[in-house]
Amino acid sequence: MPDWVDVCAEDEIEEEDVIRFDHDGRTFAVYRDETGAVFCTDGLCTHEQVHLADGLVLDDTIECPRHNGRFNYKTGAALRTPACVALATYPARIVAGRIEVAV
Amino acid sequence: MALAGTTYPKRDYSLTGPERERAIARGLASAEWYHSDVPRKEMKTLMKRSDGPALRDTVLWLALLAATGAGGVALWGSWWAVPFWLAYGVLYGSACDSRWHECGHGTAFRTDWMNDWVYILASFMVMRNPVSWRWSHARHHTDTIIVGRDPEIAVMRPPEIARTALAFIGLPDVFRHFAVLWRNALGRFGPDERDYIPEAERPRAIFWARIFVAIHLAAVLAALLSWSLIPLMLVGGPRIYGTWHMVLTGLLQHGGLAEDVLDHRLNSRTVLMNPVSRWIYWNMNYHVEHHMFPMVPYHALPRLHALIRHDLPPANRSMAEAYGEMIRALVRQRREKGYYLRRTLPPTARPYREDLHDDASVPRTPAA
Repeated sequence: MPDWVDVCAEDEIEEEDVIRFDHDGRTFAVYRDETGAVFCTDGLCTHEQVHLADGLVLDDTIECPRHNGRFNYKTGAALRTPACVALATYPARIVAGRIEVAV
Repeated sequence: MALAGTTYPKRDYSLTGPERERAIARGLASAEWYHSDVPRKEMKTLMKRSDGPALRDTVLWLALLAATGAGGVALWGSWWAVPFWLAYGVLYGSACDSRWHECGHGTAFRTDWMNDWVYILASFMVMRNPVSWRWSHARHHTDTIIVGRDPEIAVMRPPEIARTALAFIGLPDVFRHFAVLWRNALGRFGPDERDYIPEAERPRAIFWARIFVAIHLAAVLAALLSWSLIPLMLVGGPRIYGTWHMVLTGLLQHGGLAEDVLDHRLNSRTVLMNPVSRWIYWNMNYHVEHHMFPMVPYHALPRLHALIRHDLPPANRSMAEAYGEMIRALVRQRREKGYYLRRTLPPTARPYREDLHDDASVPRTPAA
């Protein structure tokens, strides 16, 4: 059983957007897609440790704000150089209007 | 205003020398840079991608290339051909740089394959390996004008003014660029290239270098077989006779400003320009804004400028004004080690890491 951690209220993340979530000395990025479903990945780009939460959510991708490297935030796959290494992903869910992640 | 003679040795701008270690030791490599505050909602609007503006500009660009090229060929041998070649040269040898740049960032179009194909075409025109330069430019954004880390510092200290002037006619750049493509085509990479291109990417770099070299050699062969300059006027040649606008605008990006700072407001220059130059240059005259927020597409940079200009040094009001200050600085840098144009932030701006901008911390001697 994963340990679920409370992130924020569901409506604190707009659809097709991302926020930064720091927990237990680590940093994560929590996303909502255009249907409202939620997802979670590591918070830093695997290329050069830039916070992805400052980047652009476009369909299923997150674009790093510094070098425009892209990842599929649902699978973690690196899609565009200079991002070459996949992001770690974590389970995310909505419970009673709150977003929770298992990190 | 003497141009001859400098009074100090050149800094080591290589990526494998002592300046690299010095930059890392000072915490300047892959560091945290200053960003003006922009509310997330507004930034999302600015970052929004669409195909419309770049499609319009690219169709116009390709149509003008075809029309001016055809006009130059049709009127070959007559003075009437000259304006056609002048226009074709700039559209090929200068506009390629901004298309290369924006599509390399992946921000010009919303559709990825459009970014990728225009990027390849523009890379060919500007004679840059499309794989190597993607990595080189990523480093330029990580470590902008950090000596020993940034592979794209155009004006090094002390400035070589005659060499910089020759760049307006593509010399010796065009031969240097072709030599790099040739070397890559043979599967060889220099020490700086090995520093920023991952090994897994090198086969792709070799592939594109071979294609680019082959097309240029085919143009040379066609010129020899037809005993005409027309093939070289159309392919490769514009990188010499039409490159002046790329250099005119490109030198202003960072020329004469601070090295080794972590604030794009201090090492980059925003210049207000005429609309024709802005179209050729795809708004890269908003260079501070571009470096601070590289995910904002070129067509949104004027809006970004309006939003954050209270936090930026005043923009140069024209290219003439910017060249005036830059040339004076470059001439002074010939004689005076450590001199640079110190940007003054407006009272409404937030300062950041001013210690790096202070005279005392600017290197006055090359690293030992």
